[in-house]
Amino acid sequence: MRNHRATKLIFELSRSGRKGVALPQSDVPEQPAMDVQFLASDPPALPELAEPDVIRHFTNLSTLNMSVDTHFYPLGSCTMKYNPKRNERVAAMPGFAEIHPLQPDDTVQGMLKLLYDLQSMLAEISGLPCVSLQPAAGAHGELAALMVAAKHFRKQGMNRTKVLAPDSAHGTNPASARMAGFSFVTVKSNEDGMVDLEDLQSKLDDEIAVFMITNPNTLGLFDAQVRQIAELVHDKGGLIYLDGANMNAILGVTRPGDFGADMMHFNPHKTFSGPHGGGGPGAGPICVTEELGSYLPIPGVVESNGTYALDLDQPNSIGKVRSFFGNVGVLVRAYCYILSHGPDGLKRVTENAVLNANYLLSKVKHILDVPHGDRCMHEFVASAEKLKQNKDMKQPAMDIAKRLLDFGFHPPTVYFPLTVHEGMMMEPTETESKETLDAFAERLFHITEESSELLNEAPHSTIISRPDEVAAARQPVMKWSPE
Amino acid sequence: MPYIFNTPQDQAEMLDAIGVESIDQLFDCIPDDLQLGRPLEIPTALGELELTQQLSQMASMNMSTSNGTCFLGAGSYDHFVPAAVDTIASRGEFYTSYTPYQPEVSQGNLQAMFEYQSLICQLTGMDVSNASLYDGGTAAAEGVLMAMSVTKRHGKVVVLDSVHPDYRQILSTYFDSIGTELITVASPSGVSELASISEVLDDETAAILIQHPNFFGSLEDVQSIADAAHQVGALVVCCFDPISLGLLKRPGDLGVDIAVAEGHTLGTPMLYGGPYLGIMTCREEFVRRLPGRIAGQTVDRSGRRCWVLTLQTREQHIRREKATSNICTNQGLFALRAAVYLSLMGPAGMKHVASLCQQKAAYAATQIGKLDRFELAFEQPFFKEFVVRDKQSDVTSLLQHCRDNDVLAGVPLGQWYDEWDDCFLVSVTEKRTKEEIDNLVTLLGSHGGGQA
Repeated sequence: MRNHRATKLIFELSRSGRKGVALPQSDVPEQPAMDVQFLASDPPALPELAEPDVIRHFTNLSTLNMSVDTHFYPLGSCTMKYNPKRNERVAAMPGFAEIHPLQPDDTVQGMLKLLYDLQSMLAEISGLPCVSLQPAAGAHGELAALMVAAKHFRKQGMNRTKVLAPDSAHGTNPASARMAGFSFVTVKSNEDGMVDLEDLQSKLDDEIAVFMITNPNTLGLFDAQVRQIAELVHDKGGLIYLDGANMNAILGVTRPGDFGADMMHFNPHKTFSGPHGGGGPGAGPICVTEELGSYLPIPGVVESNGTYALDLDQPNSIGKVRSFFGNVGVLVRAYCYILSHGPDGLKRVTENAVLNANYLLSKVKHILDVPHGDRCMHEFVASAEKLKQNKDMKQPAMDIAKRLLDFGFHPPTVYFPLTVHEGMMMEPTETESKETLDAFAERLFHITEESSELLNEAPHSTIISRPDEVAAARQPVMKWSPE
Repeated sequence: MPYIFNTPQDQAEMLDAIGVESIDQLFDCIPDDLQLGRPLEIPTALGELELTQQLSQMASMNMSTSNGTCFLGAGSYDHFVPAAVDTIASRGEFYTSYTPYQPEVSQGNLQAMFEYQSLICQLTGMDVSNASLYDGGTAAAEGVLMAMSVTKRHGKVVVLDSVHPDYRQILSTYFDSIGTELITVASPSGVSELASISEVLDDETAAILIQHPNFFGSLEDVQSIADAAHQVGALVVCCFDPISLGLLKRPGDLGVDIAVAEGHTLGTPMLYGGPYLGIMTCREEFVRRLPGRIAGQTVDRSGRRCWVLTLQTREQHIRREKATSNICTNQGLFALRAAVYLSLMGPAGMKHVASLCQQKAAYAATQIGKLDRFELAFEQPFFKEFVVRDKQSDVTSLLQHCRDNDVLAGVPLGQWYDEWDDCFLVSVTEKRTKEEIDNLVTLLGSHGGGQA
């Protein structure tokens, strides 16, 4: 059965006169209409559909996606773990979902207690005592924290203009640095995939504001030099920022605040299993040292004698970075996740995430090169480079990824980090079974044995195959237009 | 742990395959002195049942629309959400998937993004929409940054004080680090005055940020502001209310260059402020400066119509420090909710819901205006929100009185505007009934004796 109906656009299903919602008639005495100068001549030209039409269309569309609920999804760096269903139900309770952000504090004590407790939990997990739940995503957390750093240095009367990060960093790091008004300097990685200390030292001067590090890094390796790095940066008066994308690897094992970080963000949609929603929403709470705490975005939540309140009165604060109180719904799920795991459970999450990744690595290393060793944390990066020679393939990582789709596996992240040729970044997460990992590795092996023509033409079983992205970008069509 | 598969037997086999003795050994790469060596000090684990009980209890400590009546607005609104929106957004294939890096197995998300963009363009009359940003406030800030990039003017931006105070604060936070001057123009009569805008606009100005209907609910003369801005080569960034476009002229027909909005009102409840939906649209010629994800139409190798993420060379994962923004996600699930909502509503539904808001708000304003103690603070036409002045200047105790009777009567303006500390903002959506409005009027009239 192939679902052709789904590929029609919602506009193409429209029939004049259909309605998808029944709204009441006005129950108030008729009021004067608005002045005609403000009014549109016609209502917006939206499609017209009945409710069953809309349900069938979008339900059919949903079946064209791979998702964690339906498929193994080892998309490295994205931590595609299972999303507990209870947490969805809790976040939808009217007491959390149907409340207005400007309600007086005494009418939202349950919500404020939740947020206050979550601040404390994140402080304990990070080892950094001051927390802001405001940022709306990891990248937004980076930006907010870099603004905190900028303000800190301004207050000290220092002109520090540079942000440094390794070449293996997420693209958001340099982009956030620029948005926060800094110039960006790349630090090399050494052969082992760790920060090249010599290169770092050569780039440290009195202008450094922040060194951004992802640890474990994007190769899935814990950089044991991190404290030494922190000392070098601190000696020059700079701050250490930890990109918390990979916190799933170290929960309850080590804490950024203990290994020298001054600031960090969490990705609660990854580490604490808020669902990824087809690309959002996430959240990006940040944790900082006592010294930097007063610069955090407003508002935070404070407690006094069992009563909770929003704290808007922080004269040193950088100000607001998002309207109201950030992505609360994601934070509710994170709170549920942490509460349902507890200290032992969170550590078990990390242990099994690392165990699963190492187990998969132990299989994959016999199929593809894994340039950075036999061990990893929660993810590792394999390289399909040798297939270029062996099988005369031009883009082996891409071709393997596409072929995996035919067998119901979402591929790993490909071509990232930029430091590994034909990189395939695999993050199985703790919520997968040994059988699934075995099946994936076995399939990967068979795929590398297949002909390069077959691989280059993959996928063969999906609703479409190899869309023309160049054409899409050259003459962009970004909306439906009436005939 | 119900979410972890590995049994002790599995673990033993896996450790054996890896070639280590214990799980602890996998963490040898972390130096001993960096290891925590103690359990985290967080509460012990709760089972699903206990978790549900505890969180239900916490939820019950909040006054929600199921046990109170909400006349609060100011950027977050109690609009009706059809059940079909929740049904679609609860599909695991949508909410447990991620950014469509593999288009072959993400056509559902990509097509929904493309439909969202198309629906938003139809709604706004703008040329191009991205696949959404975090919320209205950050969309406004990104819109201004984009205008600076288009005009190559980085020194100065003008904002009206009738723009949402949070949005203005976000912009000023963003500007603190990059040194752009932000000039705020007052709106003493509740809408902007063209003369005071023209006074500050000059050929150094990158953009003017306005809101229509504005923060006070009043309608602005967008076209005249746009004309004034364009005369000096500045762009107009306008925050609109998506619901209002069931009745009001579209930003695309009013000379707006970049139109942004808080879009949670399209099918997402109030959620104590988030996650929300940042709508962002612009003129075609600016598209390569537009931040955020964009879905585009193309064909696959067999010529089949399909959708991909496009114009990715603007983005951080390719351009790094030269990207148009650091943004790497959209609010996919809430863009989907908006697409479902707009598809259900259609033209007639959007017009109907906007009319209900307008009629009910007008009725509420008329009834409140009949009480001697109160007057409407501004004479300007409004859509679904209006500002009430308490002649007794006792807003705090008045609102407390209403709250004690399970009515959230309005948002006091004094927290942002010293000169209007005797005023509060009342919002009326299609959900409010005549009975609820009459009850509000009775409560306002009965406080402190009721007479001025």
